Amino acid sequence: MIEICNLSKQYDNQPLFKGLHLTITKGSVVTLIGPSGSGKSTLLRCMNGLESFQEGHISVNGQMLYGIHEQNYNKAQVHLTLKNIRRKVGMVFQQFNLFPHMTVLHNITEAPTHVLDISQAEAESNAISLLQKVHLEEKAHSYPGQLSGGQQQRVAIARALAMKPEAMLFDEPTSSLDPEMIEEVLAVIKDLVSEGMTTVIATHEMGFARDVSTKVVFLEKGEIVEEGEPRELFSNPRNARMKAFLSRFIN
Amino acid sequence: MNYNFLTIRCMVFLQLCFSVICLSLTDAFAYQNTLEKVKSTGVLTWGFDAEGGAPYVFHDPKHPPKLIGFEVEITEAIARELGVKVQHFQNAWDSILLSLQRGDFDIALNGIEITPDREQSVLFTRPYYVYAEQIVVRDSDNRINSLEDLRGKKVGTLYNTAAKRMLEEMGEVTVNIYSGQIEPFKDLSLNRIDAVFVDLPIASYYTTPNPQLRLVGKPVGEGYYGIAVRKEDTALAEELNKIIEKLLRTGELQKIYSRWGLWNTAQEKLFLHEELLQKHTENHPSVSEKVSPSVTKFLPTLLKGALVTVGISILSMMLAVGLGLILAIMRLYGNTWLQRISTAYIEIYRGTPLLIQLYILYYGLPNIGITLSAFAAAILGLGMNYAAYESEIYRAGIQSIPKGQTEAALSLGMSKRLALKRIILPQAFRITIPPMTNDFIALFKDSSLVSVIAMVELTKSYSILASASMNFFKLGIITALLYFGMSYPLSLYARKLEKKLRLHDRNL
Repeated sequence: MIEICNLSKQYDNQPLFKGLHLTITKGSVVTLIGPSGSGKSTLLRCMNGLESFQEGHISVNGQMLYGIHEQNYNKAQVHLTLKNIRRKVGMVFQQFNLFPHMTVLHNITEAPTHVLDISQAEAESNAISLLQKVHLEEKAHSYPGQLSGGQQQRVAIARALAMKPEAMLFDEPTSSLDPEMIEEVLAVIKDLVSEGMTTVIATHEMGFARDVSTKVVFLEKGEIVEEGEPRELFSNPRNARMKAFLSRFIN
Repeated sequence: MNYNFLTIRCMVFLQLCFSVICLSLTDAFAYQNTLEKVKSTGVLTWGFDAEGGAPYVFHDPKHPPKLIGFEVEITEAIARELGVKVQHFQNAWDSILLSLQRGDFDIALNGIEITPDREQSVLFTRPYYVYAEQIVVRDSDNRINSLEDLRGKKVGTLYNTAAKRMLEEMGEVTVNIYSGQIEPFKDLSLNRIDAVFVDLPIASYYTTPNPQLRLVGKPVGEGYYGIAVRKEDTALAEELNKIIEKLLRTGELQKIYSRWGLWNTAQEKLFLHEELLQKHTENHPSVSEKVSPSVTKFLPTLLKGALVTVGISILSMMLAVGLGLILAIMRLYGNTWLQRISTAYIEIYRGTPLLIQLYILYYGLPNIGITLSAFAAAILGLGMNYAAYESEIYRAGIQSIPKGQTEAALSLGMSKRLALKRIILPQAFRITIPPMTNDFIALFKDSSLVSVIAMVELTKSYSILASASMNFFKLGIITALLYFGMSYPLSLYARKLEKKLRLHDRNL
């Protein structure tokens, strides 16, 4: 589904990724863990083109994104590639980023009606069933400013799902939530995963990562230090840095 | 210690102020009348408007600081007879009689026609010149040969003049009113108007050197220029009458007029001033007789002006909003060249006066073959100027929307353009409502500047009415109320709109 090949990226002339490889197969659930600044978010953002990179390529659903220094990089082409990728890959942000000037329902129908040209009526009935799925159907006509953080994040998930994506990227979806709201969001993601959605999550929720992932990737300073089966990785980390990282969570 | 020092200083200062006030009061009351003051100070203060132009009083094109014109020479001759020196007092022509009444100068001598309305507020000497109104047309135009032919035509004239009143009394003439003398002749050359109808001295001065224009028909509507003094200054007026008579008898006045090409047989009438004034008063119906001072009579004209003001403001604001948005988007999202163009536009339009921009649009562009109507030039001028300000407001508004909003929109498959249109601009709009309202109200008031390009809007209507009726105070209050009555509802509406939009994102 998503294949990252030899990815290199510099930030302000500081190298972040140096030839990173990662494969995400269809139906798999991959969690990216690691300390802040390790590149989890950046890696996610590279996958749908919110960040560009210098070398290597990322293949998403058959669409090829090349680094800007690659021979195959074609500026005119990038536009179309990104459009195709973003229609098939949904993204949920740490700060929710709901559109504050639109109702919850309108937030969800906006992209389907304007990008996919779905009729308003159809988009609305889809939106209602998505809101039911995230248990917020009664908030359809509220504005984002009237919702709690957890509710906003669930709307954001429904909004991304309205585009009927084949994969979902979650960028620390619970990091800016109050503790009591984390569970309601994680529950929605768990539902989604159980339906077989290909999912990539950057997270600090270790318990969640262990329970739902098919693969855990431990990143540090832009490098994949360790990747593998969650149970094995969490119970028996081979790498000393990973051990140190996990021990902080256990404590 | 310190405190005492301060107190002393304050007291000294107050005493100083007091003595200055006393001194200036003594100055005003020291003389029985203006004539005595002029004689004992040896200075005659003369009020005029050099902007009014040639051949009356104007700056010598060869030595710009020097004032020349036939009225400069007359005033100097009068001062010489009085045995005093002339002190110049430049004053806008529209308010020259008001300033005279205020006491800013001793005499007003500047092509001021003797009319019954004016005689109600000031005292005139015997006439020093017999003027008449003259039609000027393009040399190539044979349609107009007499005053009657002006019906159905567009005719330029100067405001608050006998010519303007004659045209208005004729009816069926589209009258374009100018405050400067050169502008009507420019517009005539540019085919914007069909004829110019002004005082003969002006007509001959500007037509003689211009082969494109010619005078047609005989001068009509004779009238008299007189020197205006304050009503109580009868002694000064008598003295001036004696001097004018002397200058007439000695032929000095004729010499001055001949030098400026202004002498004609009509001037002989100056010798018989008593009968003249009598007849003249009958010829000119008083404005204040026709238009009763009752405010309701003025309202239709003011409301018509207000309508023009509203029309210009709305259309130019629409242009400013549209163009401003384009400029802001060019600057934020365009390539280097678009960014540079937008920045240059903003800096140039912000950094130069609107008045000059209007002059260039209306009187400058014809030099490169673009002739705009006054209405088009007004809207373009105001709109293009305000676009520079609006674009900076939009830029700030757009930049204040968090980056996450664009990212969320893009991640949903929206194009950059769609994200801007559907997500960013509607949010930026709410933020820009207060500064936009501010600018719209400012534009609304700045629209009075377009009167320089012959648009008669509210402020211009006011100054025309007020200077004709000398009713500056009452009409001023009414005009100000009209402006306020139009701008205040706009502020209220903007506040309401802002409140309504703010409800949506209470937490932000």
